[in-house]
Amino acid sequence: MESLLTWLENQLADNSIFTLQTLSHYADGLTTTVQLVFLSLIIGLIAAVPLAIGRGSRHAWIKWPIFAYTYVFRGTPLLIQLYLIYYGVVFVDGIQESWLWVILEDPFIPALIAFTLNTAAYTTEIFRGAIKSTSKGEIEAARAYGMSPGLTMRRIIIPSAFRRALPAYGNEVIFMLHASAIASVVTIMDLTGAARFVYARYYAPFEAFLFVAAIYLCLTFAILYFFRHLEKKLLAHLQPQTG
Amino acid sequence: MAATPIPLEVRHIKKRFGDTEVLKGLSLQAHKGDVITLIGASGSGKSTFLRCMNLLEQPDEGDLIVHGEEIRFKTTRRGREPADWKQVVQMRAKLSMVFQSFNLWAHMTLLENIIEAPIHVLGKSKKEAIEHAHALLDRVGLTARADAYPAQMSGGQQQRGAIARALAMDPEVMLFDEPTSALDPELVGDVLKVMRDLAEEGRTMVVVTHEMSFARDVSSQVIYLHEGMVEEAGPPGEMIDNPQSPRLQQFLAPKY
Amino acid sequence: MIDLHGYGPRLLEGAGVTLQLALLSLLLAVVLGLITAVAKMSRSWIAHRTATLYTTVIRGVPDLVLMMLLFFGGQIGVNMITDWLYYQFDIDIFININEFVAGVVTIGLIFGAYMGETFRGAFMAVDNGQIEAGKAYGMSSSLVFRRIRFPQMMRHALPGLSNNWMVLLKTTALVSVIGLADMVRVASEASKATREPFLFMMVVALIYLLIASVSEWLFARLQKRYSIGYGEED
Repeated sequence: MESLLTWLENQLADNSIFTLQTLSHYADGLTTTVQLVFLSLIIGLIAAVPLAIGRGSRHAWIKWPIFAYTYVFRGTPLLIQLYLIYYGVVFVDGIQESWLWVILEDPFIPALIAFTLNTAAYTTEIFRGAIKSTSKGEIEAARAYGMSPGLTMRRIIIPSAFRRALPAYGNEVIFMLHASAIASVVTIMDLTGAARFVYARYYAPFEAFLFVAAIYLCLTFAILYFFRHLEKKLLAHLQPQTG
Repeated sequence: MAATPIPLEVRHIKKRFGDTEVLKGLSLQAHKGDVITLIGASGSGKSTFLRCMNLLEQPDEGDLIVHGEEIRFKTTRRGREPADWKQVVQMRAKLSMVFQSFNLWAHMTLLENIIEAPIHVLGKSKKEAIEHAHALLDRVGLTARADAYPAQMSGGQQQRGAIARALAMDPEVMLFDEPTSALDPELVGDVLKVMRDLAEEGRTMVVVTHEMSFARDVSSQVIYLHEGMVEEAGPPGEMIDNPQSPRLQQFLAPKY
Repeated sequence: MIDLHGYGPRLLEGAGVTLQLALLSLLLAVVLGLITAVAKMSRSWIAHRTATLYTTVIRGVPDLVLMMLLFFGGQIGVNMITDWLYYQFDIDIFININEFVAGVVTIGLIFGAYMGETFRGAFMAVDNGQIEAGKAYGMSSSLVFRRIRFPQMMRHALPGLSNNWMVLLKTTALVSVIGLADMVRVASEASKATREPFLFMMVVALIYLLIASVSEWLFARLQKRYSIGYGEED
C-alpha cells in the first residue's frame, strides 16, 4: 500500500493539477454522490410501491393527491424542487436557533429530501404503468382461485409488475445519477462539486470536467451492465424458448 | 333433502349489462359427478353464466349455493354485491376455473403456478403442495415442463398446465370456459383427452364449449342457451342427435 | 393578488429567456438528431461509429457537467485562440462565450443525442414496402427519403419528440447555474432577497407546468395531423 502510494505520487509529480490532494477531493465527491443517489433511490423505491398502488385506487381522495404529487414533481425541474426545499428550510423563522438546525444545516439532508421526492414521483408512475399493464386474465385467475385482493396484489400483480418495470427503472437510476450533479449547486461536495472546486482552484476547466465526465461515464456503464444482467435473469420468462 | 349437499346450485340468475339483459333467469344444478355442458352461439350468455357461478361477474338477481352454503348478498350504491367477501373467497376455492386464454401467471414457472393457490389460499405446506403438483403434472403429461415458464410452452401445454393448476385446489366443481377455443386445431385433442379422463373419474364439471363431440360423448346434461334463456336442455343423446327446437337444429346443422 | 415584491416583470423576462432557450435548443437538437439518425443508419463505418460515440458519451455524462465543460472550457478555448491571434498578428478581438450561447449549444448537443435515437427508431418503423414501392416507380433514393420516408417517419417520431421536449424544457433550468438570467435564476435571487422561497419557486413551477400543458396540447394536435390515414388506433 505504502509503495503504491509513493508510486502514484511519483507519477503525479509532473502533473500540477491531479495531485493526491485533488484526487482525494474527487474520491470524497464520488462517495457523496453514491451515498446521495443510493439513499434517495432506496427511499424513493420503498415509497413508490404504496403510492403506485394508491394511484390506482377507487377512492378519489387517495388517487387524486398522488396524481397531483407525481404531476407536479415530474412536470417541474428538479433544480426548483431542490431550491424550494433548501431555501425553504433555511428561511423558516427561528429554525437556525432550534435543535433541528444541527441536522438541516448540512445541505445533504435537504438535497436528499428533494431527490427522494423526485425519484419517488417518477418511480410511482413507472410502477403504475407496469401495474396497469398486468394481464387482466392473470388477475382474474387469481380471483377465481380464491385469492383476496391483497393477496393478488402481493403475489401476482406486484411481482410481475416489478419485472416489467425493470428497464424503465434502470433508466430512472441513470437519470438520478446524472441529476444528482445539481447537488453541487447547494454547496454539496459531490463529484461535480469536486470538479468545480478543482476548476476554481486551478482554472483548468478541461482537466477538471473531462475527468469527472469520465467517472460519470464509468458509473453509467456499471449501472447499465447491472440492469442488463438483472433483466436477463428476471425477464427470462417473457422470452419464448428458441429451438 | 339429499344426505350430501349438492356441489353447485344456481337459481334464477339475472344479469344486465347497461340496458341489455344478457341472462334472463337461469338455473342449474350440478350433482356429484355431473358433467354439464353449456352450448350456444356467441352472445348467448353462456360464458357470462359460467362467470356468475364463481362471481367473476356479479349477478343482479338470483341465488348461488355452493356445497349447501348459500352466498349472502347485499345491495349497495353500486348495485348488488356479496355481503361477505371471505365467504366468496372460500367458495371460489371450491370451484376452480379453467380459462379460454389459460391465464397462467407469466412470472411463475408451471410448478409455481400450480402450488401458488394451494399454499396461499388453502394453507397447505409447500412440501405437500409440491408433491401433489408433481402427481398432477404426471396426469396431464407435463412432468418435463415443471420448470418452464408459460411463455415457453405451447398453447396446448399451457392449457393442460392450467387444468393441473385447477386440480391442485381439489375442487368440488371445475368450471371450464371454452378451454379449447384459443388453441390451434392440432392441439385441441390433448386437452380434450385430459378433460374426458376427468369426467370418467367422476369429477363434477360445468363446461362452456363449442366441441359438440365432447358435449355428446362426455356430458350428462347439455344446456342450449339462446339470448340469455334456456332454449332446450336434456341428456346429450336426445339434445344433439334429435334437437327439438328449430334454433338448436340450425345451431347444430352447419357442424355436421 | 400575489405580491411578487416588484419581481414580476423580471420573472416574466426570465420566462421569455427560458422559452427562447428551449426553442432554439430544440431546433439545434432536431437538426443534430436527424444527422445522427442518418449517420447511424448509413453504411459508412466512420459515420456510424462517430454517431454511436456521440450518443453514448452524451447520454453517459450529466447535463450540468457538459454545460460547465462547454461554458468554462469554451471561454478558455476561445481565449487561447484570440490570444494567439493577438501575439501573431496583433489582432485584438475579444469574444465572450455568453451564457445563452453556451446554454443553447449544450442543451442542443445533449438532446441531439436523444433525438437521434428517437428518429432512428422512427425511421426503422417505416414499412419497408413503402420504400420499395417508391424505388419501383423509379424514384431516386434522395427523393424516396424526402417524399416517403421522412413524412412517414414523423408520425412515429412525434411521441418521442414530445417526450424529449418535456425533458428539455426542464433541463433549461440548469443554465441558471452558469449565470444566465432565466426564470429560475430570477426566482432564486428573489427568494434570497425577500426570504420567500416558497412564493417564487411556486410561481416558476406553475409557469413550467403551464408551458408543459400547452405543449402537450400542441403535440396532441400535431399527432392527429400526422396520423391522417392511419385511423384512430395510434
